[in-house]
Order: sequence, then structure tokens, then C-alpha cells
Amino acid sequence: MIELENVGYNYGGGELLSDVSVKLAPGSFHFLTGPSGAGKTTLLKLCYGALTPTSGRVRAMNMDVRGLDRDQMAHLRRRVGVVHQDCRFLDHLSVIENIALPLTVAGKDLSQEDANLRELLTWVGLSQRADALPPELSGGERQRAALARSVILSPDVIIADEPTGNVDWDMSQRLLQLLVELNRMGKTILVATHDMSLIRAAKKQVQARVLRISAKQLHQAGADL
Amino acid sequence: MSEGRLRKLIMGDAQADRVVPPSGFTAQLTLFVAGAMAFLAVFALALSLASGRLATRWADELARAATLRINAPAEQRLAQTEAALTILQQTPGVASARALSDAEQAALLAPWFGSSLVLDGLPVPQLIEVIEDDPGYDGTGLRLRLQAEVPGAVLDDHTRWRAPLVDAARALRRLGTVAILLIAGATAAMITLAANAALAANAQVIEVLRLVGALDSYIAHAFIRRFTLRALGGAAAGMALGMIGVWLMPAASNEGGFLTGLGFQGWTWGLPLLIPPLGALVAFVATSRAAKKRLGDLA
Ligand SMILES: Nc1ncnc2c1ncn2[C@@H]1O[C@H](COP(=O)(O)OP(=O)(O)OP(=O)(O)O)[C@@H](O)[C@H]1O
Ligand SMILES: [Mg+2]
Repeated sequence: MIELENVGYNYGGGELLSDVSVKLAPGSFHFLTGPSGAGKTTLLKLCYGALTPTSGRVRAMNMDVRGLDRDQMAHLRRRVGVVHQDCRFLDHLSVIENIALPLTVAGKDLSQEDANLRELLTWVGLSQRADALPPELSGGERQRAALARSVILSPDVIIADEPTGNVDWDMSQRLLQLLVELNRMGKTILVATHDMSLIRAAKKQVQARVLRISAKQLHQAGADL
Repeated sequence: MSEGRLRKLIMGDAQADRVVPPSGFTAQLTLFVAGAMAFLAVFALALSLASGRLATRWADELARAATLRINAPAEQRLAQTEAALTILQQTPGVASARALSDAEQAALLAPWFGSSLVLDGLPVPQLIEVIEDDPGYDGTGLRLRLQAEVPGAVLDDHTRWRAPLVDAARALRRLGTVAILLIAGATAAMITLAANAALAANAQVIEVLRLVGALDSYIAHAFIRRFTLRALGGAAAGMALGMIGVWLMPAASNEGGFLTGLGFQGWTWGLPLLIPPLGALVAFVATSRAAKKRLGDLA
């Protein structure tokens, strides 16, 4: 699905990542960890094409990300669902409109998707908050809404950046449950997190691999968590 | 642009419209600019049309008429008139020449002396109407010949003094056209600024839309549609006010001359109706270019 070959990245202040190679196979579940500032968000952005590598090559859906024009990039974004670390909503639209935004911009007829949309809202437990505005949501509600938005187009890959960043343990378990269910439906999942107990909890349910960034490199963490 | 996209642009898509937050300031700016410019365009158009009409009318009169006046004692009048007519008929560039009848002369004098005037007893000069051909006659040559053979004849090509006025009227019409072009250019410039301001103010929105897979064309259309419709609305209001202004001007009259003729006549009342669609077109092009440039710059 997504493949990084000897990827290096540099924001301009020295190399942040170097020689990173990893392959996300279809249906796999990966965690990405590392200290704050190590470059987790950066690596995820490289995976969904928001950044182009300064060296090496990124392939997504069998296409070299560097060669994509803006329209092809937009089409790639529809096939890769992303939960951003800061959620990224349109604050003037209601929660349900934000969740439906990928459908709207893809020109889909929302009236036909209404049942799906309601079901998805129930699944993330936001039916009661459908008409609220994003700034009125709690941190956990925002993250569930962001997850719902990332899966609305039924993408093959879901990339989540700290999806449990500011929620309590119960809520992070619920969010993890959603990701595990998506993985069981055959989706490829990549989750960046600091939360080791979340990873341990996940490992009881799915075959999850753990990738760790340290010293600019990506390492496969062993089973010893 | 395909027909489907054009229809979508005009009919709109309620969902797509909500995606970009309404922005009060640039909306009002665009409405105001489009309205003010349409208002000015109506007057520039009226000026242009009126000076065009004036130039045509004056040029017409110029081409048409000159008068030959025969001041001669009563007994020579007829002979001199005959002689003058003969000369005129031989002159190249004269289409026709005709002595006015007494009744016609009396009618010309009626405004001054009343209609009960009897010309018989008065030493009124005989008038000959000379219609010029194209190309016209040589005025100086004709005068010299008349002087030699018909001593009482005076050639009065009085409308010639209007020749510079015709040039002035034509220049005025050109200025009107230039003004209309400048108005279109200024409108395009201001709408470009407003569109850029709106695009900059909505940078975050555009980024989120890109993140969820919106094509540049989708984002651009949300802005283009908005600005085009605003320009259309503003220009329609400005045009209506401008037309009311022109309509309230006094009707054309001979006494008022140029100033009172400053309006639309007949079918030309339909011309200002083109201003709102043209304004919308200007806004469409300006916003398309601004959006294309700005979205292209994000990479
Ligand atoms: N746009 C940018 N320009 C310059 N430097 C940046 C930019 N974005 C991130 N960085 C720097 O790159 C480094 C890695 O950032 P990144 O966001 O990838 O870290 P992270 O591992 O996701 O951290 P966290 O766990 O806190 O989210 C940081 O030092 C950050 O300051
Ligand atoms: Mg991060």
C-alpha cells in the first residue's frame, strides 16, 4: 500500500529523518512511536504525500508520490484516510457536515449517503452531537469525529496521528476499538502514539508491529514492550 | 469549460457553497465596486452614444446642404438665378441645385415675420439649395466663378463651421469608449484584489479542503461562483440606478443641443442591460486567474 525507500527528510535545519525504509502491507497494523519531536508527524506526512522526501522515494498505491500533480494528489487523499494530530475541521460547519466533507468535495450526493453517515456517527458515538460546531466539542469527541471523517470514503489505508492524544483511558480504548474493527475489515492502519499501554492493549487483539524513531532512523521494536 | 460545469457554476451546489465561510467584508467590497462601476459605465455609455449620434447628425448636415443667396434688384433676380443654376449644374461635386419657391422662402421667414407675410413687395434674396455630392465641390473655385458671372450671388456653406465640432464629437465618443474599457479594467483589478484577500483569509479552509481530497478546481469554483454572482448583483443594481439617472435627464430638444441629448434612444436603452453580464464575466475571469495563481503557488 505504502512503501518508503531510503527516505530522508530535512525541514532546512539539518536532517530529521534519514535512510528510512518501511513497507505497509495491505491489512497490516503498525504503530509508530518515538519521543516528541522525533519526527512521527513528519513521517506520516511523507506517507500521505503532504511532504515530499528530500531523498529517497515514497510510493503510495503503487504511484511515486513525487511525480503526482495536484489533482492526482487530491485523488490519493481520497484513498488514504488521515486523522490529523490537530484534527483540522472547518469551524463554520457542523460536525456532521465536517464528517461528510470528503463526500462533499468528491461531488457525491449526500442525500444518498445519509444512512451511511448516520450509521458512522452512531459507530463513533456522536449521534447526539451531529449538529454541534467543532469548537464546541471535547477533545475526545473531536478525535472521534476526525476518525469518522477519515473513514467516510472507505479508504484502504488509515493513518492516525496521536488519535488518543488528549482523551482518557476509557476513551482511548474506544478509539482503539474502532481502529481494530477497521483493521479487521481489511484496512491498513498506521497509528502514531506515545502511549505504550495503548500499544500493549492493541497487541492483545491484533497482529500489530511497532516502529520506533530514534536517532533519525526507523527501527522495528521487538516484542519486549 | 464543459456544459455540466458551467451549469453547476450557475445553478450552484448548496453544499459546495457552504464549504467556504461567508466573508462579509470582501462581499460588500465586491458588491460596491461592481455597483459603482456599472453606474459609471451607464454614463460613459450614454455619453458615447450621444456624442456618436451628434457626430453622425452634424456630419450628415455638413454633407448635405449649402445655400446660394442671390441679392439682386428685382428685375435681375430671375436672370441671375437662372445663370447661377446653370453654373451649379456644370460644377462637378454638386448633386443638385434647386431654387426655393416663394412659399418655401416665406415658410423660412415665418418664425421672424409671421405667416401672413407676402414676399412680393420685399427685396428678399432668392435662395438656392445646393446639395453636395460625394466628393464635394471646390468651394473657392465655385465662388470665383460665381463672382465673375453672377455678381449678386453669395455662397453660404454655413454648416462647415461645424466640421471641428464633428471632430470633437467623435473624440468624445472615443473618450467614452476608453472610459468604458478603463472601468472594465479597474473592476477586474479591484475584484482581483478582493478575491486575493478572500483566498488569503481562507487559507486554512483551503488547506483543510485539500487535505480531505478537494481538487483545486472545486475550491476555485467555490470562490469564482461567489464573486461572479456578487459582481452580477452589484452591477445590476448599479446599472438600474444609472439608467434611472439617465432617464431623469431632460429629454433631447433642439434648444438644449448636446446636453439634453445625453441619454438613450430607442433600442439603445437595451445596451446597458449588457453591463451586468459583462461585469460578471470580468469578475469570473479575474477570480479564476486569482484562484488559479494562488492555488498554484501552494505546492
Ligand atoms: N513545518 C516545519 N518547519 C520546520 N520544522 C518543523 C516543521 N514541522 C516540524 N518541524 C520540526 O521537526 C521536528 C519533528 O516534528 P514532528 O512534528 O514530526 O514531531 P513528532 O514526532 O510528531 O512530535 P510530537 O510527538 O510532539 O507530535 C520537530 O523538531 C519540529 O520542530
Ligand atoms: Mg506529531
